[in-house]
Amino acid sequence: MSGRRWYRTAGRYATLTVLALMFVFPLYMMVVNSLLPPEQLLKKANFWVSPGDALWGGYSTAWNDGHIGEYLGNSVVVTTLIVAGQVVTAVLAAYAFAFLDFPLKRTLFVVFLTTMMIPFEVVFFVNLDTITDFGDLPLVGDYVGFDTYGGLALPFLATGFGAFLVRQAFLSLPRDLRDAAALDGYGHFRFLTRVAIPLARPSIAALGLFAFFGAWNQYLWPLVASTEDHRTVQVGLGFVSEGSVDQVNVAFAALVLASIPLFVLLIVFQKQLVRGLTAGAVKG
Amino acid sequence: MSRRVREALLGYALVLPALLVFGTFIFYPFVRTAWLGLFEQPLFGGDSTWVGLDQYLDEWRSDDFRNSLFVTVKFAVFTVPVGISLGVLLAVVGHQRLRGIGVYRTIFSSTVATSIAVASVLFFTLFNQQLGVLTKLLNREGETPVLDDPRLAFIAVCGVTIWQNLGLSFIVISAGLQAVPDELLEAARVDGAGAFRRFFRVTMPLLSPTLLFAVVVGSILAFQAFAQVDLLTEGGPGDRTNVLTYAIKTTALGNPPDQGAAAAYAMALFAITLLLTVVQLRFLERRVTYER
Repeated sequence: MSGRRWYRTAGRYATLTVLALMFVFPLYMMVVNSLLPPEQLLKKANFWVSPGDALWGGYSTAWNDGHIGEYLGNSVVVTTLIVAGQVVTAVLAAYAFAFLDFPLKRTLFVVFLTTMMIPFEVVFFVNLDTITDFGDLPLVGDYVGFDTYGGLALPFLATGFGAFLVRQAFLSLPRDLRDAAALDGYGHFRFLTRVAIPLARPSIAALGLFAFFGAWNQYLWPLVASTEDHRTVQVGLGFVSEGSVDQVNVAFAALVLASIPLFVLLIVFQKQLVRGLTAGAVKG
Repeated sequence: MSRRVREALLGYALVLPALLVFGTFIFYPFVRTAWLGLFEQPLFGGDSTWVGLDQYLDEWRSDDFRNSLFVTVKFAVFTVPVGISLGVLLAVVGHQRLRGIGVYRTIFSSTVATSIAVASVLFFTLFNQQLGVLTKLLNREGETPVLDDPRLAFIAVCGVTIWQNLGLSFIVISAGLQAVPDELLEAARVDGAGAFRRFFRVTMPLLSPTLLFAVVVGSILAFQAFAQVDLLTEGGPGDRTNVLTYAIKTTALGNPPDQGAAAAYAMALFAITLLLTVVQLRFLERRVTYER
């Protein structure tokens, strides 16, 4: 390697590393601070914790007294409901839009698309009244009212964007496929489950991914529509950190615990994640 | 029943679940919100009275509303271009063929594993006046806490937002870069184009559809930002970070709650989002080079 080239390569790594620090530094400090006794932070900035000094108690305090364990559980339940709901409603509607003929189809499709133009922040306070009223319904009231899993999930069980995404995938399937399946005696249900869904899997997976991120990271709705019993982890974090200064390691431990699930997912599924997140962003 | 009727009925049945959700939680509350804005809530309780458009007009003329609007627009104008520029920088740097680049790419994507709430609480604690490491690094110990400082609080909210979005920007823009053919860049190099020229004359034009997407989606998200304000500054200091979404929440669920006034803010947010999307698309359409 010539001297000049060596120089250049080193420069490239230096640039990469400086940029990487922008990401790593806050996350690194999150971990270090979660293990440091708060009094060690008072005097000067501390960038290192020696294994002997590490204070692990913050984690158990965050998990138990800070309820992070329960909040994570609530997030898992609500996220599962929303992802399942969005995928099912989107696939069903997309099938109708792509393969069936009925009056007002185009109008209904436009209706689906207009839902993307109304931000949830515009309508949430009326939805809060609606959910509260749902709590008085006979039989189901306990499951769909204020501060219930159902109440947290209901407004997000359908998505215009998702229906659009899956419809595009269905439309790109060869037309002959439907005819061939019909010749084999496939009805709509069998065609949907045996042919259309398997072939549209990348788009459906992308939708699932969007739904997952949207649901897991939600903040405004769980903030206003739940109390401690059904609080999700994103909202719960704000309550842990309101503790006193001598509990600051607990707040950081809570952040680490809240971040672990997605970091594991990112590392394990990075390729699939990148492919899914960029669906629709880049012309294929 | 004829086959056509059966098919139509099936079609409606399949669309119905989604339509029920949209009707109940998007269209009904949208109309209801607009309607609520026509009624004014007396200051000290009691039944609200019909005031027609007066409340809308009064709210839109008020200093509080204008401040919120200004703060929200400023927030979008700050965060979107800076975030996307950084995303392009990261994507270009992360696009090189080097040993170990995969590790860097994972790091550059890492903020997608955080959320705006995680990022906000993290930086809130790092900005803690007594023991936050950022407070110490910035030498702000004897001064007003960053998040209470009229000038810095807004910058901090923007900074946290940009930081949290970096991972997604990197992923999306990287994907756009992958679509730029290497042969084209190689041809430009052979023709004697330097790195900057290649970037602005070859890469950027081919990247523009991706950037258009990023600008549109980024702006829409910026106008809907809420969690960072709630967790970092609660709209303060002195309403300097009181974005529209936060004003809607504190008005609609305040003490006493005022849904009528909140409706005026909400409808403005709706109108702006709608307008912005249309204008942006129109404006950018002409500059964007579509390949193929």
